[in-house]
Amino acid sequence: MSDTLDVVLRLVAVFVVFLVLPLAIGQTEHKVMAHMQGRLGPMYAGGFHGWAQLVADGVKFAQKEDVVPAGADRRIFQLAPAVALLPYLLVLIAIPVGPGNAVGQAVDAGLFFVLAVMGVGVLGSLMAGWASANKFSLLGGLRTAAQLLAYELPMLLAAASVAMAAGTVSLPGIVDAFHWWWVPWQIVGGLVFFTAGLAELQRPPFDMPVADSEIIFGAYTEYTGLRFALFLLSEYAGIVVLCGLTTVLFLGGWHGPFGADGLGWLWTLLKTLVLAFVVIWLRVSYPRLREDQLQKLAWTVLIPLALAQIALTGVVKVVTQ
Amino acid sequence: MTGTVALAAQSQGFLSTSGVEIAFLLVGLVTFGAALVTVTTKQLVHAALWLVVALGGLAVEYLLLTAEFIAWVQVLIYVGSVVVLLLFGLMLTKAPIGRSPDADSGNRWPALGVAVAAAAALVWIVVDAFRTTWIDLDGAPQGTTKVSGEILFRHWVLPFEALSVLLLAALVGAVVLSRRKADAETAGSKAGGKR
Repeated sequence: MSDTLDVVLRLVAVFVVFLVLPLAIGQTEHKVMAHMQGRLGPMYAGGFHGWAQLVADGVKFAQKEDVVPAGADRRIFQLAPAVALLPYLLVLIAIPVGPGNAVGQAVDAGLFFVLAVMGVGVLGSLMAGWASANKFSLLGGLRTAAQLLAYELPMLLAAASVAMAAGTVSLPGIVDAFHWWWVPWQIVGGLVFFTAGLAELQRPPFDMPVADSEIIFGAYTEYTGLRFALFLLSEYAGIVVLCGLTTVLFLGGWHGPFGADGLGWLWTLLKTLVLAFVVIWLRVSYPRLREDQLQKLAWTVLIPLALAQIALTGVVKVVTQ
Repeated sequence: MTGTVALAAQSQGFLSTSGVEIAFLLVGLVTFGAALVTVTTKQLVHAALWLVVALGGLAVEYLLLTAEFIAWVQVLIYVGSVVVLLLFGLMLTKAPIGRSPDADSGNRWPALGVAVAAAAALVWIVVDAFRTTWIDLDGAPQGTTKVSGEILFRHWVLPFEALSVLLLAALVGAVVLSRRKADAETAGSKAGGKR
């Protein structure tokens, strides 16, 4: 019975994280963007610095009419937000936050699990883009697919480099094997992984598929109300997952200069939030890459870099053994 | 052959099914149904999406057979990449919403014959090869990444490398095919310009 209780508690904990962290990052984005652009942003809702703006936004989304365009493929149109959001919930289950068994569910081939399931989320955008019966949405869907095909490979190669270094594909195993000198050793792989992950999430500067000034939010053009909110939520959940994964794979997860026992989860959280801040920072400071520049970056820069990182990892691994 | 059947029935029993076996059967039925819809539906994009269900069901079957690594690779390669590529291709052709009545090659019956023959051959071979083999679910997992890696790179290295050469050949072939066409086009346009 206690086993069942344990599983239920873990799932509830993961679900709470899934509900809280994306919203916290959404609120941080409001505030960080406002400060970086020298403007106030929403300041009134809730009194202190507009902390309740996100709640108000949620209420607004819930009140909006849920419109399905007449020409759309109704069922797929309605299913798409769930397909986009749920994979990130599943991925969160496998990300370890602390030493021991501080993980939703230890998965033997955890690295493959998270990368595989993250790739499924893109199907949601593709379904939305096609089912909307709108040419801007279709263009957005096409760009999404092209972007995924280009950036999935460098992401996998960079992750493979860490798996080689650690000698395991289990996420807790990789963090267990971590030493501080892995950071300089794997830094190129880490940058490639983070960049490719940003592209997979379609965050600026890789937001060509949703470019609101040219194709009016791409695959999400026709969405309103809660379904649109779910797409936004999946973007923020994606940031949490990407930053958590980069932390676990390249920044040593719960390892820190001190307090690794007991407070390890705080280190994981801190590193994840710092990376999330970087994601927001990039949104404010970088212009959008054009479609051909996107493809060129992936195929001529990131993939060679990731391959070089794998070669370096292999050489160091053989020499030090 | 009847001897081995009796042996298998003796050690495990065909009728005393466990929960995992029932789950395996049910997921198999769902996968089969999704595969059938994939090849019979007239809506092109729906076919691709039903293919996702079929491939995902297959991944669950691998999981139930304790082959965790293979299951995630299945999701990564087939659901995450091959289906995305398929959808990309379908969107390029502006696959219409709703039915495409002309989406039929007219080879319905030959296709069914080939499918049934292939399925019969595969089922026969697998049943004959693994008749008395049972997976011990209580012991150590038999399909972990470590086990798969050791078997692949110790016992099956040569077929593995042969496969990679095959893939390389396919890759080079694709490059050659696409380049020849592009060259012909540019040559044609140049010639046209001179005239």
